[in-house]
Amino acid sequence: MLKFTEEHEWLKIEGDVATVGITEHAAGQLGDLVFVELPEAGASFSKGDSAATVESVKAASDVYCPLDGEIVEVNQAIVDDPSLVNSDPQGAAWFFKLKLADPDAANALLDEAAYKEFVA
Amino acid sequence: MEDVSTLKHTPLHALHLSLGARMVPFAGYDMPVQYPEGVLKEHLHTRAAAGLFDVSHMGQIVVRPKSGKVEDAALALEQLVPADVVGLGEGRQRYGLFTNAAGGILDDLMIVNRGDHLFLVVNAACKDADLKHLKDSLGSVCDVTMLTDRALIALQGPRAGAVLCELWADVASMRFMDVAEAELHDVSCIISRSGYTGEDGFEISIPADAAVDVTQRLLEHPDVLPIGLGARDSLRLEAGLCLYGNDIDTNTTPIEAGLEWAIQKSRRAGGERAGGFPGAGRILAELTDGVSTRRVGLRPEGRAPVRGGANLYADAEGRTAAGTVTSGGFGPSVDGPVAMGYVDAEHAEIGTRLFAEVRGKYLPIAVTALPFIKQTYKR
Repeated sequence: MLKFTEEHEWLKIEGDVATVGITEHAAGQLGDLVFVELPEAGASFSKGDSAATVESVKAASDVYCPLDGEIVEVNQAIVDDPSLVNSDPQGAAWFFKLKLADPDAANALLDEAAYKEFVA
Repeated sequence: MEDVSTLKHTPLHALHLSLGARMVPFAGYDMPVQYPEGVLKEHLHTRAAAGLFDVSHMGQIVVRPKSGKVEDAALALEQLVPADVVGLGEGRQRYGLFTNAAGGILDDLMIVNRGDHLFLVVNAACKDADLKHLKDSLGSVCDVTMLTDRALIALQGPRAGAVLCELWADVASMRFMDVAEAELHDVSCIISRSGYTGEDGFEISIPADAAVDVTQRLLEHPDVLPIGLGARDSLRLEAGLCLYGNDIDTNTTPIEAGLEWAIQKSRRAGGERAGGFPGAGRILAELTDGVSTRRVGLRPEGRAPVRGGANLYADAEGRTAAGTVTSGGFGPSVDGPVAMGYVDAEHAEIGTRLFAEVRGKYLPIAVTALPFIKQTYKR
């Protein structure tokens, strides 16, 4: 199941674990990224908490946790090479895997069509 | 958010839109922050070839002596700035500061001797206040006029000279801070060999009605890309140059800001025209006695940018305050984070290791010499 937020994150949900990243639209708006800071595995976040930071030449931006849950894995590849977020935001440049506190809560997020309409 | 409909437009506004610029409000103008290439590539292109910037939002002011003698205008302006204006030769430009009675900085500016008048370039956000300040202080001796019918562009980078040479061969003989009048495509322009990037380059004042034509012709050159305010900021930061409102303001003195080089010998204690500018007592005393806080370069040890506003500490636990970052970001040519800020004099020595507070962490950051890149001015 693929879901989206109005804060421009995508979630690929398999069972009770969501792989989370930022959308192509968001990556385009941010411009070339030069720094990514990810949370530590084991950290718990509530929906809307700042879970990661991305920085362009110009500015720092928060990446919000899309649902309540615990970080189970982070993607070191985008820390080592932030430009991966610009080149493959919805693929290889995922940010973290989140064990969802309430998997049903994902149903309230946007589906792909609704997100596309949102950013159109 | 500012109401876009009240924002002013430069003569190049429509050109920016046609080039696909992303526009932002800046000092009351709708300005390009970046073009489709993006800040990173625009920055690197400027250092590798040539970048073209619209800086028409800045104030272009003519100070014309009523006596007809430029010396009279120079002497009058010296009452407002600590620079040696009288000693500025015809066709030469010099950096200056408007100071206030407390020794703070009201604005920074460029001063040009144009033979029969002085030509000033001031910051957009300060230009109306600067104009009033000049009229109030110099109005009896000079006619002070803001030029509202001219655009100002900057062409910066190692290829800038060669590009401009194709339009006007004499440019090759200009040195850093020379100013000349020239016909570019039959348009009378004022060309200064200077800029705000640390690179060789030019600032070109163009009549507004010809600005699009001249700019488009420069952009046709394969070495030239349009550059937005985003890269303008990262370029000037790497070059160690102050941004008024961030790195200098009414709460900083020229000496605290490390701008003593903008006070020539003739204006210092013992000089022919020592003092005589607002705040001279404090500023000249600081030149002799030193200051308790200094602007320094700062180089974060890690990859995380440290932005303006971050607090600096002498220790990794954030116990002993050491200063504040005033500008910071990522330097594409340095390929790492760069910053500048004010630190207490006891921590200002190059090589001192401090700690910057970023998102609750204390990141190591070293006091560093400015600039971060090698300036390539044609002196």
